[in-house]
Amino acid sequence: MDRTEIESKLTDLLVDELGIERDGISLDAKFEEDLDVDSLGVVELLMALEDNFGVKIPDEEAEQITTVGEAVDLVEIKLNA
Amino acid sequence: MSDRRVVVTGLGTINPLGVDVESTWSALRDGDSGIGPITLIEASDLTSQIAGEVTGFDVETYIPRRQARRMDRYAQFFWVAGKEALDDAGIAYEEDDPDAYRSGVVVGTGIGGVATFEEEFTTLLEIGPHRLSPFGIPKVIANMAGGQASIDFRLYGPNTTIVTACAASANAIGDAAAIIQRGAADVMLAGGADASITRFAVGGFAQARALSTRNDDPERASRPFDADRDGFVMAEGGTTLVLEEREHALARGAKIYAEFLGYGMSSDGYHVTLPRPGGGGAIRAMRAALDDASLEPDQISYINAHGTSTAANDATETMAIKEVFGDHAYEIPITSTKSMSGHLLGGAGAFEAVASVLAIRDGIVPPTINLENADPDCDLDYVPDGPRAVDVEYAMSNSFGFGGHNVVLIFGKP
Repeated sequence: MDRTEIESKLTDLLVDELGIERDGISLDAKFEEDLDVDSLGVVELLMALEDNFGVKIPDEEAEQITTVGEAVDLVEIKLNA
Repeated sequence: MSDRRVVVTGLGTINPLGVDVESTWSALRDGDSGIGPITLIEASDLTSQIAGEVTGFDVETYIPRRQARRMDRYAQFFWVAGKEALDDAGIAYEEDDPDAYRSGVVVGTGIGGVATFEEEFTTLLEIGPHRLSPFGIPKVIANMAGGQASIDFRLYGPNTTIVTACAASANAIGDAAAIIQRGAADVMLAGGADASITRFAVGGFAQARALSTRNDDPERASRPFDADRDGFVMAEGGTTLVLEEREHALARGAKIYAEFLGYGMSSDGYHVTLPRPGGGGAIRAMRAALDDASLEPDQISYINAHGTSTAANDATETMAIKEVFGDHAYEIPITSTKSMSGHLLGGAGAFEAVASVLAIRDGIVPPTINLENADPDCDLDYVPDGPRAVDVEYAMSNSFGFGGHNVVLIFGKP
């Protein structure tokens, strides 16, 4: 899966699983400030990433993610590991 | 009695008969049934396969999708009904509106988020704790309908939840009124909701022998006071009233539907599901409500009965009404709107309070449908032949719950 596919799939997850408006989603968008994802939403996002990309994301790595772009980076690293 | 009087200034409901107050009231007057085959869950192995489902309900037309998916269906129903009632009352608070701090909410629910509990528990058993949703607990807990309402409608005053089974939202109304009477708030959103058409709830109530199994004739299954009744029919929905201190309502020129006049409570102290034989608990609750309202029994012009369509309730409630009202019992029109709506569980008391308030407003008493072959033990006037014009000065609404909770409310003309 290349980076464009990851980005596209992640966007779909944010829309379908977290109910975020597609228009607001960009690589620079910050989860908490721009997309209004609260602490419960972060847990939901992690579960969605793990389920849909088949990766395992430890809590300490998850805490480093603040933007959509960083989530794409992390998934890409995990998939290529 | 407090000198702070309480009036009703807003109504809201979503239930098997309608997705708002006026469509529901029209269906009740017409004697429609909201009961049909269960479609929300796999029901083929359940003994009771019929229910009053809310149909034509697309939650996202009411609640933003992102928020709706964080709420159990029961809380969604309360939200939708609450919004209608507040809109009806002309109440919408801005952030930091001083009135918001003098406004609160009391919710009654029988179970809370039982559908979510079943889903999450299935996940726990089949996959494991790491796949439980972070929204599982917020969706399941019975107080979250009130929590969510306080967030979205900016109700920053008292906020409690009552869990007294099928009497819960009658308690919610009575407790909300008491909060206003003692001066702790001026406006209260009060009501209840349940969404218990789930495999655990329908299966469980059936095992308690509470549900009708007239699966081949859904619209005629809820038949309170009829000799052939065989249990209640599960239904779902939410109903709310805006209660308001009378001077507060008058000062802002609010439309006033009715005055809240009496609240009576008692416990059977007898059995987990059955009423005390002789109806002693129901008798005491009705008398307590009359005392609270400073009314004599012969002043009551309409009774919205608990009338569940179970063998035990309807005969016992009839006996209790006769004990309280004496000969006047035979002169009072009594209806069970559950014959049409099914049993809304924790939301039933508020639904029936709304029906009582509208009977006062319009001078029309809704019928009891499906009463074709009266039980000899049920010999009062249950209005079996269609709606009736009645000048309703004072209406009484009875609600009784598993656990022996008896709650009686009285409303009067404004």
